[in-house]
Amino acid sequence: MAYYLLKRLIATIPVMLVVAVFIFLLLRLTPGDPAAMIAGDFASEAQVAEIREKLGLNDPLLVQFGIWIGNIFQGDLGESFFFKKQVTDLIMARIEPTLSLSVVTIILTVSIAVPMGVVAAYRQGTWLDRTVMAFSVLGFSIPVFVIGFAFIYIFSLELKWLPVQGYQRLSEGVGGWLKHLILPSLALSVIFVAFIARMTRTSVLEVLGEDYIRTARAKGQTETKVLVRHALRNAAVPIVTVIGFAFAILIGGVVVTESVFNIPGLGLLTVDAVLNRDFPTIQAVVLLFSMIYVLINLIIDLSYTVLDPRIRY
Amino acid sequence: MTEAVALSPTQLTLRRVFGHPSVLIGGSLVLVICLMAIFAPFLGTIDPNLNSTSTRLKPPGYEGVMKIYTDEGRVKVPVTYRLGSDTLGRDVYSRVIYGARISLVVGVSVAAISIFLGMIIGLVAGYFRRLDGFIMRIMDGLMAIPAILLAIAVVSVFNAGLTSVIIAIVVPEVPRVVRLVRSMVLSIREEPYVEAAITAGTRVHLLLIRHILPNTLAPLIVQGTFIVASAIIVEAILSFLGLGIPADEVPTWGNIMGAARENFQLHPHQILYPGVILAVTVLAVNMLGDGLRDTLDPRFAKRV
Repeated sequence: MAYYLLKRLIATIPVMLVVAVFIFLLLRLTPGDPAAMIAGDFASEAQVAEIREKLGLNDPLLVQFGIWIGNIFQGDLGESFFFKKQVTDLIMARIEPTLSLSVVTIILTVSIAVPMGVVAAYRQGTWLDRTVMAFSVLGFSIPVFVIGFAFIYIFSLELKWLPVQGYQRLSEGVGGWLKHLILPSLALSVIFVAFIARMTRTSVLEVLGEDYIRTARAKGQTETKVLVRHALRNAAVPIVTVIGFAFAILIGGVVVTESVFNIPGLGLLTVDAVLNRDFPTIQAVVLLFSMIYVLINLIIDLSYTVLDPRIRY
Repeated sequence: MTEAVALSPTQLTLRRVFGHPSVLIGGSLVLVICLMAIFAPFLGTIDPNLNSTSTRLKPPGYEGVMKIYTDEGRVKVPVTYRLGSDTLGRDVYSRVIYGARISLVVGVSVAAISIFLGMIIGLVAGYFRRLDGFIMRIMDGLMAIPAILLAIAVVSVFNAGLTSVIIAIVVPEVPRVVRLVRSMVLSIREEPYVEAAITAGTRVHLLLIRHILPNTLAPLIVQGTFIVASAIIVEAILSFLGLGIPADEVPTWGNIMGAARENFQLHPHQILYPGVILAVTVLAVNMLGDGLRDTLDPRFAKRV
């Protein structure tokens, strides 16, 4: 296990290196002078030269990359051009809303999608199954911001149940925090639910045909126990794998959802950074999100041994 | 079924494909949207960029007079805003109809370019074992960046516009195609007929094009359809966020919704109309893709 863990950790190094090189080159290899682009149309020659010096653009490419990577390892992500602050501080200030949104979304998703998939598989071919499948195709096709606005329209503007937009910090009370998070999380979870319910259904269907399910039923086990303990438990690995892949969709969705609901998190920071061509911030956020994505999939890989004792590394 | 004997395999496949309900429904919807995009000027639309400050933010069905400033002075044009007007007095109905053009152009070009690039890189990676490791590490790295974020990062270094949006969506799609093609090439190259072709001295490029490529086509058509759907969504997202195609150049469903954001509480329909038609389009393409997968690619059909 320790050996496997080490092997997997080492395997993420080339992946993260490619990510880092790509993010680094993105700015350097663009057509035109990046310093002039950052400075904007109205900058003087001296200002452009200053930015070029600050970015170290006069050094050879490899030296620039070395300095950049070295700084990242020391926790220095550079200074934001637009916000005039350390990028690390910017990210720290924005992490709570994004983390809250993601966690609530995942909890919602799993608690909706897994039962949906199990029921669909159990009642395969009935109207219940067809409804779940239809929802899954539908959920995959409606973009998250359309769902978000539809939700705001129905629940905030018409029914006036929930606040329209914005975010309230957890320290100001759990109630308000949750109230502001319900709609965005629900909107964001639709595509996620569609994806995971479908996979759960397929995975459980495969397991339901196995001999041990028949055995469990033959010995008089209740249907709920058969489904949860025998079917779901054995179907868990592919479901968890899909949850890992779906994190990429979740991260993309966070950027959009935060914009729709005006939640001041990392997603909104990304959009502001791009609109203002704030490259240190863009680079940092992309790097951070990719790292999280890779790490989550690593953790999921390792969780297989817990979920299915037959798997040993 | 005695007549079926007389049909060629191609005819049988076509019959199976077009007999599938998802292909029929999805395909017809896609066709309707394509026709709408092509015949946009004849569907009771006006110039989607025509603005008039005197008729801003009008409700659906409003009839009034647009005051337009031209080189010859002020011109008054009677207008009916079927779906209302936006902050600049532009006709939302015309913008939504014309918006179909960008979505389809982006969807189809992204699919075509990513399949083309992915196919070449995938063939090389799958066939030339020495390059495989290097190419696939790069693809793994690109796939580690969440697709929308990667598109946002790419679009940030270019000037906003159609070309940069297409490039930005192609970059995250290519690695997925490469992975698919490579895995197919790896299994096809072990087939006896490929070995026979190698023994017969077939040159490498002919071997790839004539013997390996045709067998990757069916899954690629399926994959291409799904790329069209996801490219349409990503374009809408980018334009909605204001990072894609600017609203004053060409109307797209994404930038119509983006422009309507600030007035959403008073005029929610300006977001809901383009939103619904966008969702219907993506749904239609996805249904078409599902149907094609079930009929063309039995291996994948079993999996999901």
